[in-house]
Amino acid sequence: MKIAVASGKGGTGKTTLSLALAEAITGGCTLLDCDVEEPNCHLFVAGEPWRQLPVEVTVPEFTNDGCDGCGRCVRACRFQALARLGKRVLVFPEMCHSCGGCVLACPHKVLREVPFGIGKLEFRHGRGFELISGVMDVGHAMAPPLIRQLKEHIPPEGLVIMDAPPGTACSMVMTVRNNDFVILVTEPTPFGLHDLKLAVETLREIDLPCGVVINRADDGVALIRDYCQEAGLPVLLEIPYRRDIAEGYSRGGGLLAVCPDLRESFRTLLNTQIPAILQAEGRL
Amino acid sequence: MKVALTSRGDSLDVLLDSRFGRAANFLLWDAATGAVEVLANTQSLNAAQGAGIQAAMHVVESGAEAVITGHCGPKAFRVLKEAGVKVYLTKALDGHEAIRLFQAGELKEADAADVEGHWA
Ligand code: SF4
Ligand code: SF4
Repeated sequence: MKIAVASGKGGTGKTTLSLALAEAITGGCTLLDCDVEEPNCHLFVAGEPWRQLPVEVTVPEFTNDGCDGCGRCVRACRFQALARLGKRVLVFPEMCHSCGGCVLACPHKVLREVPFGIGKLEFRHGRGFELISGVMDVGHAMAPPLIRQLKEHIPPEGLVIMDAPPGTACSMVMTVRNNDFVILVTEPTPFGLHDLKLAVETLREIDLPCGVVINRADDGVALIRDYCQEAGLPVLLEIPYRRDIAEGYSRGGGLLAVCPDLRESFRTLLNTQIPAILQAEGRL
Repeated sequence: MKVALTSRGDSLDVLLDSRFGRAANFLLWDAATGAVEVLANTQSLNAAQGAGIQAAMHVVESGAEAVITGHCGPKAFRVLKEAGVKVYLTKALDGHEAIRLFQAGELKEADAADVEGHWA
């Protein structure tokens, strides 16, 4: 079973929940940190990675051999990753989407494809789970290819939890795609509700079942509950707003260290609630 | 020699545009004759990304040998540098002031981009 943890915006407690779910489940699981622009699951896992893999994409290289300055390569590029100066072409790898269009368009085979590093994958042993983090090099905007390569390491069996990038852009869609279920984390505020709605719309468009976890639930929680009822969204869990939880985080402790009583709720969520929803929707 | 100035309008009287890639217009000032030609930057303005690269290619194709602007991002700077176009950064308000400073030799040639991409 593959479950993504997502939210319409950052700072809702997505990473904390992902880690706590991975830790709560017995029998082990794999946690994928797909928030490659700002991965931080590893901050809660002690020790150095036991394995690192470079992540590369293919970009064109200008070989200076026989260019007649026709400009076909530049016109073929939809991403403005090339600039022609007379009979010379400059490549901006950080803008390139590796589509190969320019290489095909060049009548004189002046451009050739070369590897270009955009980041790395880091493997760590967590408490009862394996963590694989995607880490994008600074200054890069190509999160989707990195996430794709990260997802190639999903084991064929067992539970997989993916910490998705915040928002509803390509990189979030790339993460949640092909998951069995998406947990949306939100806060009980008007902003939280607004972003939750956007995320739900996105998930419905790609036909992914989802449920909601309300974090820092306080007096405002009815706002989210009402919307969920209206939209036919299951509320899976409400994590109360508690001072000791906030303080626990700031000391770097995980959610389960501060609230051991949540362990059972998380197990029920993963082992019972989500399978029941999938069954009811005829997806299992 | 021709110099390209980033401008919000179509004459040297108008305020300079401090951005390079997203400037409204380029004014091509001919140092020999004093004539000014307007080069619209529409294509780059409408580009979702890579405005600086596009704008820089335009300027290179126009035959300008120098650029006077407020700020220049790294991608545009790379194109201009590779093409041998000098970049001068100024806080001058309008075209006349910028040209006066340029002719007096008071503008220093930039040796690197001064802002991150997306900004200019
Ligand atoms: S591979 Fe595609 S995106 Fe990259 S420079 Fe060539 S045409 Fe542009
Ligand atoms: S398509 Fe090939 S020959 Fe034409 S400008 Fe590009 S690199 Fe040069």
